[in-house]
Amino acid sequence: MGFEPYHDRMQITVNGIPRDTPVESTVSTLLDLLELTGRPCAVEVNREIVRKADHQNHRLAANDVVEVVSLVGGG
Amino acid sequence: MTITADLAIPNLRIGRFNLRSRLVTGTGKYPDAQTMQAALLESGCDAVTVAVRRERLVNADGRSLLDDLDLDRLTILPNTAGCFTAEDAVRVARLGRELLDQLDNPGKHWVKLEVLGDQTTLLPDPVGTLEACRELVADGFDVLCYSSDDPIMAVRLRDAGATSVMPAGSPIGSGRGISNPAAIRIILELLKDPAHGGDPDYPVIVDAGVGTPSDITIAMELGADGVLLNTGIAHAKNPVAMAKAMRLACDAGWLGFRAGRIPKRLYATASSPWEGVISHIPGE
Repeated sequence: MGFEPYHDRMQITVNGIPRDTPVESTVSTLLDLLELTGRPCAVEVNREIVRKADHQNHRLAANDVVEVVSLVGGG
Repeated sequence: MTITADLAIPNLRIGRFNLRSRLVTGTGKYPDAQTMQAALLESGCDAVTVAVRRERLVNADGRSLLDDLDLDRLTILPNTAGCFTAEDAVRVARLGRELLDQLDNPGKHWVKLEVLGDQTTLLPDPVGTLEACRELVADGFDVLCYSSDDPIMAVRLRDAGATSVMPAGSPIGSGRGISNPAAIRIILELLKDPAHGGDPDYPVIVDAGVGTPSDITIAMELGADGVLLNTGIAHAKNPVAMAKAMRLACDAGWLGFRAGRIPKRLYATASSPWEGVISHIPGE
């Protein structure tokens, strides 16, 4: 059986930077990989907000464009 | 005289928000977190603006602004600073709402809308601002619209459902104060004076350009309901002292406007009575 390398990975874009992530990743998986779990952050996938309650269920797809944002000082 | 009751400065109502302080301050550009915290306290503000930005995916264990703000006390007002299109501003407003919802902060219900024209002037793009305002109002936000000091634009934004119109005193961060007091006065009349179809309770906040406390006093003496500023405090040599000065200036302007100033006259009017002056010769 076996599988070819990369078949279990897919490419997405996070905050403008291409990266890969395991296929079947959810938003929660991604936040874990980014070491952002537990920190307040808002997530947008392909320009649609994914509410925090849906992070665990929202499955990412190849070529998804993800924004992960937080609050910084501003006027 | 029943003066005492009038000395209490009432809360500032903006849509569903009820603020004790008529100063709203920013959280950007402070030299460090401790200075910001002390300045925010001295300013007396109970609402602060913040910006929505991409998480820095390196060094993610760094300190967050949220660690330095007293979220039990402060209402967070997220802005859409840095947006040059209505579409981006709407996205950023929604991202800010999602964040504040996670924090269970009442600020999730409002947004300081900025749609800018370019990076040099940081002047608002009126067309984009109006478009984004309409969309955000329809989406349930209380929209506080950063605008130029154009009175007709202010009316258009109010008519589009803006909860507050926030004309700039002068460009963001310029410290030039209220560069066109007549325009601000006209905005205040059109939006607040029933004779012009206005509503005395409609909040008009002067936003941007404050360099020194007297700028705030001037805005408040014109009849503004409040002032929003950031750089004037954050970049002062002593931000904490300046924050207190700004708070006092705001109170002074508010009270001064309502106390009713004397008319300006070309000639002097003596404060001491002429009667009884020792050089006076009775009968002359």
